[in-house]
Amino acid sequence: MIDNLRPDLALIARMVKPDARVLDVGCGEGGLMAALRDTKKVDARGLEIDAGNVAAAVGRGLSVVQGDADTDLTYYPDASFDYAILSQTLQTTRRPDLVVDELLRIGRQAFVSFPNFAHWRGRLSLLWGGRMPVTRLLPDTWYDTLNIHHVTVDDFRALVKERGWTIDGQWFLKGDKETTHANANLFAEHAVFLLRR
Amino acid sequence: MASAPTTDDNRFGLRRQARLPGPLRLDSGAALGPVDIAYETYGRMNEDKSNVILICHALTGDQYVASDHPVTGKPGWWWRMVGEGKPVDPARHFIICSNVIGSCMGSSGPASVDPAINGPYAMRFPVLTIADMVRAQAMLLDHLGVDRLSAVIGGSMGGMQALSWPTLFPDRVEACIVIASTARHSAQNIAFHEVGRQAIMADPNWRGGDYYADAQVPSAGLAVARMAAHITYLSEAGLTEKFGRRLQGRDAKTFGFDADFQVESYLRHQGLSFVERFDANSYLYITRAMDYYDIAEDHGGSLASAFAASRARFCLVSFDTDWLYPTAESRIIVHALNASGAQASFVELSSPFGHDAFLLECPELNRVVNGFLKGGRA
Repeated sequence: MIDNLRPDLALIARMVKPDARVLDVGCGEGGLMAALRDTKKVDARGLEIDAGNVAAAVGRGLSVVQGDADTDLTYYPDASFDYAILSQTLQTTRRPDLVVDELLRIGRQAFVSFPNFAHWRGRLSLLWGGRMPVTRLLPDTWYDTLNIHHVTVDDFRALVKERGWTIDGQWFLKGDKETTHANANLFAEHAVFLLRR
Repeated sequence: MASAPTTDDNRFGLRRQARLPGPLRLDSGAALGPVDIAYETYGRMNEDKSNVILICHALTGDQYVASDHPVTGKPGWWWRMVGEGKPVDPARHFIICSNVIGSCMGSSGPASVDPAINGPYAMRFPVLTIADMVRAQAMLLDHLGVDRLSAVIGGSMGGMQALSWPTLFPDRVEACIVIASTARHSAQNIAFHEVGRQAIMADPNWRGGDYYADAQVPSAGLAVARMAAHITYLSEAGLTEKFGRRLQGRDAKTFGFDADFQVESYLRHQGLSFVERFDANSYLYITRAMDYYDIAEDHGGSLASAFAASRARFCLVSFDTDWLYPTAESRIIVHALNASGAQASFVELSSPFGHDAFLLECPELNRVVNGFLKGGRA
């Protein structure tokens, strides 16, 4: 069941400890939540902005609240979850730094995954074509993308350092395969960080 | 432990009425007894009594949730949600729906006989709260041998009862579905109700509520109350789509005060048909109970603390065109549930039908309710 998930979600799902309490922010139709519930007996809750996705998730018996990561995380109490998860949603938030800060307040640890905008394919596209990259990972044109805060692996590391957060783990993906840490900013398509305060 | 009741137990089935000795202690300090409760049950309670669902009705609703209404002959008011193959299904669930106290469909209300005077209570009936209605439902469950509800479900005022259940009886509720509802009545909600009540009390036939012995009842006032309220159940877009500025059975304006417009004719019809099936004093009492409703106020101003003792799962649904109990009201509840660590789901569904959407065709609502109810069985 975990193997059927999107690669970054599968990676996160393997790391989550059984019986944990998890808040999945931007949970979509709840695929990760359902996998965690069914394979690891995780108590999973979700926050999702799209009504159709929420209806689908609730329809499969998951506890999902329709809401906005930028405004609704404030209503969750401190340290009420073992993990807060933000997968491929960071770059769509209005204030990614504040959202991660909230994740680390609500969860003892936070998984954050995002597409790496500094991947060489994107760099080449910008360098040679002079156009905003439209790639397999970033398939939308600049005017209709939901990604309003493009971020690179090094950008994120700099933010983590600046805020004094601790990195408990970091993983990088090329396609659906894990790749090395070396030159991740150039070669990783996706990054997954496990953080705590 | 008693075994699950058989079908020939006369406590179960359609068109039941129980007379419970009470007394029921009310929030006002008064006591009510005996307490009549009219109700229906559908389906069969299973051996371990784990399949019981209580459906709570709205202001002018009744116990006929899934069977034909005895006065109007219309199908049950929530046949889209309750019935064979529906999310709440008598093949799987034991379903209870009771008429709220204060109403006029067989449960104790202002039209009932006051044992002290051997005549109708009228305005001598004690003022009620939503919590009082819920306590009466709990008395009915005791009578039926039901300890715990696998779910309590309601829309609008039914949602107020459903949401009150886990705050009043945290050990008796496993899941709670609150649709198009709120945790408190707003100033605007109270204002609309006051218009309705004043219309009833301004009717010369109301006579301080003592009209039961007479042929003349305050139907004009009640009809106006219903017309005003009915507007709040719809949406501006819905009214425009349904009626626009179209004229009723005429080609030109009459330069008079007949129902020139279709929307006027429709509202008049709504008002007139309502008075056939509803008691004006009940309308006063139930709207008052709704106005007094504020769960946070009953818990030191903190809504989250109201749910502290509950282990229930919650599901909230609002509709984007509902301006009577708008989405913001549901969000207040959701935030309180998040703060209390409760398992909560919430979705705002899209519908052109305003507040009434929960009663109308809405496949997404059925999908959410069905999934949520089955989610507890995972």
